[in-house]
Amino acid sequence: MKNRSVSFWLFLTPTLLSLALVVFVPFIYGFFYSFTDWNGLKATEFMGLANYAELLQDEAFLSSIWFTIKFAVASIILVNIIGLGLALLVTQKIKSSNILRTVFFMPNLIGGLILGFIWQFIFISAFDAFGNALGIEALSGWLSTSETGFWGMVILNVWQYAGYIMIIYIAYLESVPEELLEAAEMDGANSFKRFWNVKFPLVAPAFTISLFLTLSNAFKLYDQNLALTNGGPFRSTEMVAMNIYNSAFKEYDMAYAQAKAVIFFILVAVVALTQVYYNKKREVDL
Amino acid sequence: MKKKRRNKLVIGTIGILLALLWLSPFYLMVVNSFKTKKGIFSNVLGLPEEWTFVNFKQAFIDLDFVNAFMNSLFISLVSVTIIILFSSMAGYALARNKSKISNGLFMVFVAAMLIPFQSVMIPLISLFGKVDMLNPGGLIFMYLGFGCSLSIFLYHGAMASIPASLDEAATIDGANKWQIFWKIIFPMLKPISVTVMILNIIWIWNDYLLPSLVLSAENATIPLNMFFFFGQYTKQWHLALAGLTLAIIPIIIVYFFAQKQIIKGVTDGAVK
Repeated sequence: MKNRSVSFWLFLTPTLLSLALVVFVPFIYGFFYSFTDWNGLKATEFMGLANYAELLQDEAFLSSIWFTIKFAVASIILVNIIGLGLALLVTQKIKSSNILRTVFFMPNLIGGLILGFIWQFIFISAFDAFGNALGIEALSGWLSTSETGFWGMVILNVWQYAGYIMIIYIAYLESVPEELLEAAEMDGANSFKRFWNVKFPLVAPAFTISLFLTLSNAFKLYDQNLALTNGGPFRSTEMVAMNIYNSAFKEYDMAYAQAKAVIFFILVAVVALTQVYYNKKREVDL
Repeated sequence: MKKKRRNKLVIGTIGILLALLWLSPFYLMVVNSFKTKKGIFSNVLGLPEEWTFVNFKQAFIDLDFVNAFMNSLFISLVSVTIIILFSSMAGYALARNKSKISNGLFMVFVAAMLIPFQSVMIPLISLFGKVDMLNPGGLIFMYLGFGCSLSIFLYHGAMASIPASLDEAATIDGANKWQIFWKIIFPMLKPISVTVMILNIIWIWNDYLLPSLVLSAENATIPLNMFFFFGQYTKQWHLALAGLTLAIIPIIIVYFFAQKQIIKGVTDGAVK
């Protein structure tokens, strides 16, 4: 198809139009209005960097970024370790392999909102009942402190996401040639050595994908946050996405919220691009 | 050999224990949805002493379940259909044109995936509100905008294995681009269409935030009604859990019948 051919452009029109109107126009429009006193309908004054300057003083916003980073780090480590563990488990030649995959993956089909509500019940009622039955006091009062709120979010995320990441590791583990493992076994490598020296290097690209997915997922998380803690107690478990939402649709501070959204975009984009860059470099070095 | 078999037994047992642990939240949700309020209070972990179905009846009514289900179904199916039709067209056009403009446009679609929803959410709602498009039609159009990038990326990749000589042969036979695409190429893209369908339907069916900003009460989907329902019955767990169980049933039924395709689709979407 040639550039000048009508059909080339006709084939592209629906998606180009929707992408432009839904993503790029709002993105540029929002970027412009983040420098004004826009209230969602109109802007009367150009304010320069005033909204951005205010952000630096906004404790709730800064602490939501900090909370999100802590959450992302804990999630990345746990989701990837457990996801890889589950993948190694279900790629053993055991009868239940398929059922296990189905079970571990299942939470990913259900919306974050519903999962968050289910776990609210688990943490508040079931944990309490377990604690009473076993005499463990630490299991009572979950989600009522910022610490249990944090770990509640992490546990929910690991439970949901480990099965997803497992699927990715499985795809790579199953592409490791059987002869290679057999040869290693003949040479006397035990199962740990077979994993570390044979499988691990071949699975390396899966880390690129998994780290990237876990990280961007952690940054954009909203539904689970809303359903599990709704940011409480006292906004201490509020993540960035929720902080932006609340500024816009609870405090109706549109221009200010959009300034946060711009910063949020830069954070997500920088993280994503850095990761792609480093992982590509590492793969080449290997 | 004996040692190997014992190892397998140990691994199998660990697997089953982990699976039970993974399922335990669902177990607790289901058993408690059959208890009375008092029943939950006195016994959270065990089976109900007396089974009650009243919770489900009330949840079904308060969730406006039939209506919400039909709304979710309509929006998901229409959105996914137009995403498949239009993204495959775009993926085909971009893959068959090797010019700089075509490559540049492809990069634009890929770059759009970097922009998180929250970065465009506020102006998007404001702009669509101005032209009176905060309704199911507007929502479906938004899903096309947010869903097309990844879908085009997948179709573009799949086109690599469909030789251009097919197009040329059909052109000689007198077919135009439109006919070539729908009669020859689109049927060959079926495996990737299944992947695109699965990835988008999981996301759109479960989406809460975007419809919460776009839809009014009479068009509400399951997640929206779930949110209001849950807020209404905070701490009335017997009702809340019955509602949650109801909301999950359709997903579990589909998963039961299509688990192989679903897991394959998700794998292809993530790995490519």
